[in-house]
Amino acid sequence: MIRFLFKGLLRDRSRTLLPFLTVAIGVLLTVFLECYITGAEHQIIDFNADLLTGQVKVMTKGYAAEPDSLPNDLSLDGVGTLLSELGTDFPNMAWTPRIRLGGLLDVPDEAGETKAQGTVLGTAAGILAPGNAEIRRLGLENTVVRGRLPEKRGEILIGEILADRLKLQPGGTATLIGSTMNGAMATANYTVSGIVRYGVRALDRTGLVMDLADAQAVLDMEDAAGEILGWRTNGPYERNLIEAVAARFNGRTEAGSGCDLAPVMKTLRDQSDLAALLDQFSTVRGAILTIFILAMSLVLWNAGLLGSLRRYGEIGVRLAMGEPKGGVYRAMLGEAVMVGVLGTVAGTALGLALSYYLQAHGINISGLMKNAAVMLPSHLYTRVTPVAYIIGFIPGLLSTLIGTAIAGRGIYKRSTASLFKELET
Amino acid sequence: MENSVLIRTVNLTKIYPSGEQPITALRDVNLVFQAGEFAGLVGPSGSGKTTLLNIVGSLDVPTSGSVEVLGEKIETLSHKKAARLRNRHIGFIFQTFNLLPVYTVYENVEFPLLLLGMTAAARRKAVRDALAWVGLSDREHSRPAQLSGGQSQRVAIARAVVKKPDLVLADEPTANLDADNSHHILHTMEDINRDLGTTFLFSTHDAKVIAHLRRKITLVDGRVTADEARTT
Ligand SMILES: Nc1ncnc2c1ncn2[C@@H]1O[C@H](COP(=O)(O)OP(=O)(O)OP(=O)(O)O)[C@@H](O)[C@H]1O
Ligand SMILES: [Mg+2]
Repeated sequence: MIRFLFKGLLRDRSRTLLPFLTVAIGVLLTVFLECYITGAEHQIIDFNADLLTGQVKVMTKGYAAEPDSLPNDLSLDGVGTLLSELGTDFPNMAWTPRIRLGGLLDVPDEAGETKAQGTVLGTAAGILAPGNAEIRRLGLENTVVRGRLPEKRGEILIGEILADRLKLQPGGTATLIGSTMNGAMATANYTVSGIVRYGVRALDRTGLVMDLADAQAVLDMEDAAGEILGWRTNGPYERNLIEAVAARFNGRTEAGSGCDLAPVMKTLRDQSDLAALLDQFSTVRGAILTIFILAMSLVLWNAGLLGSLRRYGEIGVRLAMGEPKGGVYRAMLGEAVMVGVLGTVAGTALGLALSYYLQAHGINISGLMKNAAVMLPSHLYTRVTPVAYIIGFIPGLLSTLIGTAIAGRGIYKRSTASLFKELET
Repeated sequence: MENSVLIRTVNLTKIYPSGEQPITALRDVNLVFQAGEFAGLVGPSGSGKTTLLNIVGSLDVPTSGSVEVLGEKIETLSHKKAARLRNRHIGFIFQTFNLLPVYTVYENVEFPLLLLGMTAAARRKAVRDALAWVGLSDREHSRPAQLSGGQSQRVAIARAVVKKPDLVLADEPTANLDADNSHHILHTMEDINRDLGTTFLFSTHDAKVIAHLRRKITLVDGRVTADEARTT
């Protein structure tokens, strides 16, 4: 009997192929959407982590209390030792010191008098070391619109609007005027090697990128840095792992002094209101996915419903031949489970394959973004999480099954004779 | 089984609760059929012929009154028991053939036997015999879509009689057939009636069928208005 039903199932494409494809496509879309949104979330995280916050950041307590005022007088001292300690304590993290500084950029004429002047907000990072990751993290390769990246000490990059205002071209020189770690005035001359355009007005108006060692020299910060940023090296950002790293670090150092200069580690979420942003994102993501899954479920539920309604005729014949109602109902559910499972597995596999591909290669959207006013990543990446493996089963299996179960209840509710009525008309 | 009662209806009434105006499809129908009859229900459209066949076939239940088929009271049968009664003792033939389109002729005829749990060898023999009775031995492997209307109805007859049921209920079996095919299947059914003793109960408008009936029961508005024995 089961073989007999199987034969029918295999021969009737409208009973197998069509529902199978419907389920597979619905599941594919669900899985892909999940991976796409997760990818977008991670891009926000990575973007912030790379540019500004690290996945974790070590600062002094004082610095951490008010990071936006760039309190370099509260910088970390003994960075070399701290870095090597971090390296041994957290072997799966990459650590790198950065300094953020504020000051004036002064362009002198031949006589040495100020010709033009502008405020700058600088980032100093280890961009000269061979094979360093900072150039990538700061997104410098794609943002230099004129000139080139710094290649030796004494070379800096400045924002496009600032450069235009100061009439600085690549190759031009400018004097940075700031204050040292100890509050004294600091000045040094630099060559502008390139002009960058982030597309973010604030950055293009005041942005300056320089080598870390240059900054340490001019700010009197030998072996000191404002912040040390850390990233996982053996996987992407994961909130609980990153929070564990910070807890471990802080648990150890907190025992020390409560003074302003004691180091403290902050996670990405602790900085720049990112927690609020990410939580908001999670809410939106949850809403989008819920709506989509509900819609997909309705579609597949209806497919299950219609698939069964179409078969009232066949069901009527089987009942007339003396097949018990329970048997017919169970056979229908069995078919729905089979089609649902196969469709879900196929849809999930396809969705994951597509998502894995786009996780590795990304969709190039730079063409769309040429004239965008904000700095957007040139590629959109998906990200596959364990959730993506199971999320498709909600619309794929559950809805199909529920649709069939409801349609099948008609077998019981109607008199058998009226099943025939539908068939005869 | 000579002269034993196969079907007995007592004050059978069927009311369909359709909307505001319930429809009384059968009123106080009292009929008795003996085993081996070749009988038919005639009457205008809507007179209750299909309703009566469905109730006798345990596909539907009476609103009041009683129907006994092969000793089973239809009005008290559970779904399961009704299914068993149909499975073992009753064959159905429909106006629209109702073959299962994805199965071959052979498989369509085999289906009731699968439900009976017969062995493969017994099934094979029974299906071959049934197809031989209706003259379709050479079309075993065809699909219903490849058959003419007459051939389809013959497959349906084979499916109805393959398990050698006590009773075959045929609802307007010739309505979709031309004269030649109608005669052909009527002869087939008469042969089966004679050779196997199977009881046939028809519903029909068709004069060709009526001519073959040995008993003609006329229904009007759900009532039996005439019940004539015929000599053929
Ligand atoms: N499921 C149903 N719900 C409501 N009314 C029904 C139902 N089935 C039949 N009827 C009504 O019951 C009456 C008898 O119908 P039935 O189908 O038994 O007539 P019939 O004699 O077979 O007609 P025909 O010769 O056209 O096949 C009709 O008035 C019909 O409309
Ligand atoms: Mg009828």
